[in-house]
Amino acid sequence: MYKVFSKSPPASAQKHGGLDVQSIRKDFPILSRLVHGKPLVYLDNAATTQKPRQVIEALANFYEEYNANVHRAVYQLSEMATDKYEEARRKVAAFIGADDPATVIFTRNATEAINLVAHSWASRNLKEGDEILVSEAEHHSNLVPWQMAAAATGAKLRFIRITEEGTLDLDHAASLINSRTKIVAVWHASNVLGSISPVRKLAEMAHEHGAVMLADGAQSVPHMPVNVEDLGCDFLAFSAHKMLGPTGIGVLWGRRELLESMEPLFGGGDMIRQVWLDRASWNEIPWKFEAGTPNIADAIAFGVAVDYLSKLGMQAVHSHEQELASYALKRLNELPEITVYGPKDPRHRSGVISFNIADIHPHDVGTVLDHEGVAIRAGHHCCQPLMRKLGVSATARASFYIYNTFEEVDIFVEALQKVRKVFGGGSSGRSL
Amino acid sequence: MDPLEDLYRELILDHHKNPRNYGELENPDVRVEGANPLCGDEVLLTMNIDGGRITQVRLKSIGCSISRASGSMMTEVVIGKTIDEARRSANLFKEMMLGSGTAANLPEDMEDLEALEGVKKYPVRVKCALLAWNTLLEGLDQAEKQNPAAE
Repeated sequence: MYKVFSKSPPASAQKHGGLDVQSIRKDFPILSRLVHGKPLVYLDNAATTQKPRQVIEALANFYEEYNANVHRAVYQLSEMATDKYEEARRKVAAFIGADDPATVIFTRNATEAINLVAHSWASRNLKEGDEILVSEAEHHSNLVPWQMAAAATGAKLRFIRITEEGTLDLDHAASLINSRTKIVAVWHASNVLGSISPVRKLAEMAHEHGAVMLADGAQSVPHMPVNVEDLGCDFLAFSAHKMLGPTGIGVLWGRRELLESMEPLFGGGDMIRQVWLDRASWNEIPWKFEAGTPNIADAIAFGVAVDYLSKLGMQAVHSHEQELASYALKRLNELPEITVYGPKDPRHRSGVISFNIADIHPHDVGTVLDHEGVAIRAGHHCCQPLMRKLGVSATARASFYIYNTFEEVDIFVEALQKVRKVFGGGSSGRSL
Repeated sequence: MDPLEDLYRELILDHHKNPRNYGELENPDVRVEGANPLCGDEVLLTMNIDGGRITQVRLKSIGCSISRASGSMMTEVVIGKTIDEARRSANLFKEMMLGSGTAANLPEDMEDLEALEGVKKYPVRVKCALLAWNTLLEGLDQAEKQNPAAE
């Protein structure tokens, strides 16, 4: 079904990190559809991933077989829904190496998870003169909440530089962390540069000064083995939809003592122990932070997504993506006038590749590729400060996952050659 | 026609590569910046207005071919027009792009803009085509406020 180009490695050389990609692809109904008459080549996995049949069926199964509210009623359906919902929490906890499922709080997404910390933790622990440390290459979701926390508490935001290679500058981080630092919040894997941050070292540095460490795991938890004990961080945020799960469900993991010391962000049902007319007392974690009817169906389907990934093994997932990224980098470098951002060595990066071709605007690249069936992202990737630092208004980005193949990388590169044909070396105006 | 060729017509690529009236006026009567927060496209529009008529116009832009071509065509259309005439042109173009109008409604001086009708098939890109024109409308409002008697 896929055209195999001569530059693609022979089938025998395609180890795919130990993944049986052809049988994986059969689990994803969407991968058999056509776009503009061409097979879909989905390379926007850093934005959201496709969903396997198992996850889609889990959603339908909940609504068809045992739809009921959780933590409330005494009838069988509600007990079943509650069991499955809490089972999903246990699966997610095990997936990130957390012994205590109560430390996994379901949120809408990684953004909401970070906002929960930037509000509930920050309001109790930050004051004027304190410092919040983030990097200059954060996704807006790990920057704007801290700008808001700084404005609300009088704390100051400071920024860890990134190196020319596009990695976090650990020496600069060391020079910024001091007794005024109360929290260090950085990306674990960058959604633009593909680089991976030394979270463990940062956490050690933060802890030496009595600060806490939050890792934005939105681009790492879906793609590599992540264990909260090994990472040494105090908070970890991530989203289900970037790891085969449904949209609308995400996770904040936190250390028990920190979560217990935090005030809830929302009040309502399920998050209370006792309510009087003029006051209320709070439920235990995690429910203290899950006011109202939670996203039951999506949490349960998220559990199924986690099962799917666990079965493949996260080391195999990571190796597969690195092999694809390595091959893609090699092929991209054959193209004239291409700029690839982030670390040059594929061993130091995830399966995310941001690039620009000549002076052609990424939107134009994206539209031409779309006509070839290839879906990539074009834009600022919710990283406007980083775009300014790179001196561009936007980049194109390809990002890989478990179902992508070497042949798809070839189709992608051929499509980029078509971009050159349509636009030549057109000018998009790099600065005003 | 190949759908890609229909979108990226010669005329669009020409305006994109050689944008007309490109740049920035010194001490202009009107200076407006426009941005598309979703994609990061930016424009800077400067105009001089004399006796209610646009005498000079310059546009600087960062953006895709659609956004730059539309902006370049806009500068050619509005130069020499009164504020009301320029506003009418902007509204005719917006009607074409947003569905209620068609290329057939465009007057002769706007015929280049027919080339952008193909963008309608790409709803996400319509915003790119509208950026310069929405910025123009803002600039025209500004001009009127500065000099209410100008019309």
